[in-house]
Amino acid sequence: MLLSIRGLTKSFPGTRALDGVSFDLRAGEIHALLGENGAGKSTLIKCLTGVYERDAGEILLDGRPVAPQSTHDAQTLGIGTVYQEVNLLPNLSVAENLTFGRQPSRAGLVQTRKMRAQAEEMLSGYGLDHVNVAQSLGAYSVAVQQIVAIARAVALSGKVLILDEPTASLDSAETEMLFSVVRDLRERGLGIIFVSHFLDQVFSLTDRLTVLRNGQHIVTAETAEVSRLDLIHHMLGHELEEAEHRRHATKTAQQSVLTFDGTGRRGKIAPFDLTVSRGEVIGMAGLLGSGRTETADMLFGRTPPDSGKAHDDDGPVSLRNPREAIAAGFGYAPEDRKTDGIIGELSVRENIALALQARRGWWRPLPRAEQRELAERYIERLDIRTSGAEKPVGELSGGNQQKVVLARWLAMNPRFLILDEPTRGIDVGAHAEILRLIGEVVESGMSILLISSELDELVAASDRIIVVRDREHVAELVGEDIETDAIVRAIAASDAPAAAPAAEVAR
Amino acid sequence: MSAGIRRILPQLLTLLAVVALITAFFPSFLSVEMVDGRLVGSAIDVLKRGAPVALLAVGMTLVIATGGIDLSVGAVMAICGAAGAWAISNDYPLVAALLIALAAGLACGLWNGVLVALVGIQPIVATLILMVAGRGIAQMITEGRILTFSHDGFAFFGSGTIFGVPTPVILWLAVGILFTLLVRRTALGLLIESVGINRRASALSGVNATVLLVFVYMASGICAAVAGIVATADIRGADANNAGLWLELDAILAVVIGGTSLLGGRFSIIASLIGAMIIQAIDTGILLAGFPSEYNLVIKAGLVVIILVLQSPRLSPRISAALSRRRKEPAPAGSATEARE
Repeated sequence: MLLSIRGLTKSFPGTRALDGVSFDLRAGEIHALLGENGAGKSTLIKCLTGVYERDAGEILLDGRPVAPQSTHDAQTLGIGTVYQEVNLLPNLSVAENLTFGRQPSRAGLVQTRKMRAQAEEMLSGYGLDHVNVAQSLGAYSVAVQQIVAIARAVALSGKVLILDEPTASLDSAETEMLFSVVRDLRERGLGIIFVSHFLDQVFSLTDRLTVLRNGQHIVTAETAEVSRLDLIHHMLGHELEEAEHRRHATKTAQQSVLTFDGTGRRGKIAPFDLTVSRGEVIGMAGLLGSGRTETADMLFGRTPPDSGKAHDDDGPVSLRNPREAIAAGFGYAPEDRKTDGIIGELSVRENIALALQARRGWWRPLPRAEQRELAERYIERLDIRTSGAEKPVGELSGGNQQKVVLARWLAMNPRFLILDEPTRGIDVGAHAEILRLIGEVVESGMSILLISSELDELVAASDRIIVVRDREHVAELVGEDIETDAIVRAIAASDAPAAAPAAEVAR
Repeated sequence: MSAGIRRILPQLLTLLAVVALITAFFPSFLSVEMVDGRLVGSAIDVLKRGAPVALLAVGMTLVIATGGIDLSVGAVMAICGAAGAWAISNDYPLVAALLIALAAGLACGLWNGVLVALVGIQPIVATLILMVAGRGIAQMITEGRILTFSHDGFAFFGSGTIFGVPTPVILWLAVGILFTLLVRRTALGLLIESVGINRRASALSGVNATVLLVFVYMASGICAAVAGIVATADIRGADANNAGLWLELDAILAVVIGGTSLLGGRFSIIASLIGAMIIQAIDTGILLAGFPSEYNLVIKAGLVVIILVLQSPRLSPRISAALSRRRKEPAPAGSATEARE
């Protein structure tokens, strides 16, 4: 056994994050580490990489007990980690990143030629022959950066490689490229721990899997012998309702609440027409960078449109900045909830009350009792897992942070709510709850623009789906056409004039 | 223990420790007597001499809470003092002179606020401009000399007393209380903190970050104006070169000792005021203890380092952990489902 963890325990004030967890990793295997947010995956990894000091238990590497005190320590021992956010320096060259901290030098001066040769050698075998190591790392795609990070980790450590959500910001081609690298590394005899929320990837890539739940070890099994349903069962501890509620069968034309005519912004998204009906969910599909988020940012006035106009029954609607959009009854839960959504150090209560307070104006504070009542109501309604309304929201898990952002907007009772990747990076349970919530609020008449890269989710939740490609709205699917294959076809369709969906745009 | 007290407890304890230290060297430090209808004593002196820094610290707290910094406050003090002195020596009525000084402070704050919030210059650079140029402006007002005046009404703000308490003390208490009420009884405090922690997310939630930023720099400007009035009234003259010199650094230090992070976010005006008093107590205490004056700055720096190390986020959990071990607290019960990844 390459790596063996026995009875690992780690507590934080108020929480036992890991409770006697055991975990084995063989040489030459890819081992998935799974669990909901808060299950203890990250804590386990941080104990392995020396970020946290464990309270109890032992870690055996090649049969010898180890106790890494820092990430550097862990690297020297042979445990390397690559995180979702690449932790390299984009402004340095690829070669400098690869050899960082141990550049070949003579008399204190870096020997650039030798460094580049070393870097090229480190990169060989990763299929990155087109990469110029003298070029700055930031010039390459996230996938290439990710692989450079892996090459560096493998060269430094070489026994255990931990991949923490490596595919979260990659598209499917990039993911496949990364996977072939990971498979090669398995052939070379590395033990690889793979953390991901994408179950498809777990099934296609990994040999074995281990599920944690609430800090406890639930199961370890051969991936091939586990069914998807069983896996979800292990992760959740309760059966996920199999039958997804499909509401898009037939919906008759409804009263429209908002109309956008030729709305667009040069360099961001080509002008498009869109009519939003009361109580409908408009799905938006497309690859990363295709113009999904750009559409959302524009509709909410963050990068205001430079063409077209929006109006409702009462007349024109101005969207020059978020405040105007909010005044028009819009809400927006952005894609990156850490930088654009939550106010980390403020409490759950303050985060929920923030938009409401901003609309009331600073001179009319929302009374503390009302804020608390509001927070308690949404904590209960959205099942936000927190020890209380006064806990800083930054200390919650990702799914719960997302629920807080949703609560902030639901408290405003907007008529048009834009949700950009509301379920990204959150666990299966919270995922289902958020979809259920979407169904619930549209019943009350709210309209939703749901942007997602999970096609199943779009198909399950949307009344119609807009497909964006190359910063243009290229297709709209309604009724029977809403199925994953049709979406994929629309995304993949070339710009041939025969592309039928193009006619739909100007609907 | 209420959350409010717990927030300022470290500062209170530090102040107590500093006062105890001074009293050990200089036993009569705390004795206060009434002479000719005014309170006299070393402690009163600390409260009075600390007024300019305390006043600056009030505005500085709000600026720092937004993640900014205002280096110009010392120079703004000089400008406002010069403007007030100019007005009073040109026989303007007292109220007009005061209003001119305050308006000058507001204008300076507006300038800083516009540079930071609208033009988008980094606060440290934006306020550096006025820090350098401000003394020049003040010198132009005083025409390069020390502009003296003899107006008892204006001088009252520096050397007068109200019920025996020096006016500057009343002023910084009043400004501190006023601003505390202003930000805590309205939603300003919450909105300032939210902008300071995450401006992007706040703006997306509809918070008008631009207006808030201009507001905090104007608040800082008006606090500097009051401090300038006090300093000018105290010496009955406007000294463009020396009024408020280096006080911006003491004000920033007061805010830092008060536990407000330079990165922005949660703030406490009261804690900053206590911080200002800690600094002044150290200054006065070193003099009283009879150290040669050349030792002052080094001793002060040493004490400040000790205070900041004790309050540092890395160290303070260990200290409180050591304390709680002794108290043998029962482990707090908490749900294991909470995020601790």
